[in-house]
Formats: sequence, structure tokens, C-alpha cells
Amino acid sequence: MFIWFHKLVSPPYFYKFAGRLSPWLAWLSLLVILAGLYAGLWLAPPDYQQGDGFRIMYVHVPSAWMSLFVYTVMAMAAAIGLIWRMKLAHAVSAAAAPLGASFTFLALVTGSLWGKPMWGTYWVWDARLTSELILLFLYLGYMVLNRAFDDRRTGDRASAILALVGIVNIPIIHYSVKWWNTLHQGPTVFFGPRADIPPSMYIPLFIMVAGFMLYFAAFILKRLQVEILQRERNTAWVRELVEKS
Amino acid sequence: MTSWHEFFTMGGYAAYVWPAYGITAVVLIANAILPGRQQRSLLKELSRRGMRADKPS
Repeated sequence: MFIWFHKLVSPPYFYKFAGRLSPWLAWLSLLVILAGLYAGLWLAPPDYQQGDGFRIMYVHVPSAWMSLFVYTVMAMAAAIGLIWRMKLAHAVSAAAAPLGASFTFLALVTGSLWGKPMWGTYWVWDARLTSELILLFLYLGYMVLNRAFDDRRTGDRASAILALVGIVNIPIIHYSVKWWNTLHQGPTVFFGPRADIPPSMYIPLFIMVAGFMLYFAAFILKRLQVEILQRERNTAWVRELVEKS
Repeated sequence: MTSWHEFFTMGGYAAYVWPAYGITAVVLIANAILPGRQQRSLLKELSRRGMRADKPS
């Protein structure tokens, strides 16, 4: 088993593995997301208070969930990279950051578009919204710091430390709705009393979350190929690969 | 949903629902296209540098 892992973790093997798996995951995620959109936009009944406006939930909640999930992946990879000095782990963090930043941006924008009709404002300095905005700055900080040094190893290490420091923000975001009495909805579907929301509404949500997870898997692998190439550009296997392509 | 009309108007919330879905689509599509493009341009750059190195200086 260890040999298999050792081989998989070697950059040239992982590069090929990522390249082969990514397209399958991409198409599968497209199918699942389309199914989720059909279920969420057409099949799900309108909310008795918010009418059809609640359907923003089917892009807002998956994006917000992914913004937290991707940061956790990024921080774990950063820790592995620092502790065991694995270049591939840092490459995973660097590949995850732009996707995490995109999901966080989407969570903020879709949330704000949902807040205007329901709360009467695009933005309020609410505990949940503010901590999510800080998460966006953490992602952007990681991305800038990672590329700020000529030597990629220094960039990887510095940004990994930032990612680990920023991990404290994740529970804050999660519990923000409990600790401070916030305008934002409390945990309902994943961690709260699911009785408040009928299956005809939360099943499309699970489909969309599954679709977003598949999408993330597909395109972190694709970005990982770029990150590996950048870090391994002077190696023999990359030269061989370049000549072949 | 009962009708296409209700679908497009989103029960009066079209001005919020559709931009939310539109921006999500743009960001997801961009994140799907960019990595592949970066990979191709990086491989091209590496191959150009490879050819220069092979030439006897």
C-alpha cells in the first residue's frame, strides 16, 4: 500500500493521474449541477414567505459551503507541506486557493443579491458576512504571498503559514450565527433542525452541493497540473513531457 | 413551477435570482477554462526555452 502511495505522490505520476481523472469529474459535475438546477429552479415549490426568491439558496449555500471546505483542504495541505516538506502538498494549496476565493466571492455576491429583497440591503456588517469577507481576504493574501518570492519554495512556505493562521476564521464563520444574534440564517440544512425545510427543497440543495464538490475535484486537479509544471519545470520528466507534447 | 412566465419572472424576484445565477455561471466557467489555457501556454513556453537550449551557443 505504501509503495502505491509513494508512487502516486511522485509528481510525474500524479501529473498524469490528474490529467486523466479531471475531464471525467468535470463532465460528471456538469451533469449533477444541471440536475440540481432543474430540481432547484423548476421542481422545488416556492417558499411561503420568500416566494421564488429563495431559489438563490441553490447557488448561495453550495458556494458558501465550498468556501469553507476548500479552505480546510488548503490549510491541511499547507500543514502537510510544512511538516513533511512535500512540494506536492504546497502545490495542492496553491491550486485550491483561486477556487476557494471564487467560491467565497460567489457566496458574498449571491448572498448580497438575496439580502436585498429579503433584508432590504445588499450588505450589513453582520458576524457571518464579515467573517466570510475576511475569508476572501485570506484567500487573496495566500495567492499574493505564494507568488511574492522568486524562489517558489519560500512562497509556498510563507503562504502555508498564513493559511494555518487563518484557519481560526473557519469555526468563527460557522458559529458566527450562533454566538452573535445575526441577521443571517442559523444552521438549518446541514447542522440544524432539518424539520424546518421540506425534502422537496433540501434534496435539490444536496444535489447542487454534490455538483460543486465534483466541480472542485475536477478543476483543482487541472490547476494542480499547472502548479506541478511550474515547480518541476527544470526536471527531466518535464523536459521529456514538453518534447512529447 | 407551473409556467415559463413564472420561471422567467421568478415570482417577481427575477432581478435578484437571475443575476445571482448568471454571476455563478461566469465564475464557474472561467475557473473551468483558465487552468487548461495556463497549462498550454506554460508547456509552449517550456518547449520554446527547450529549443533555445538545444542550439549550440
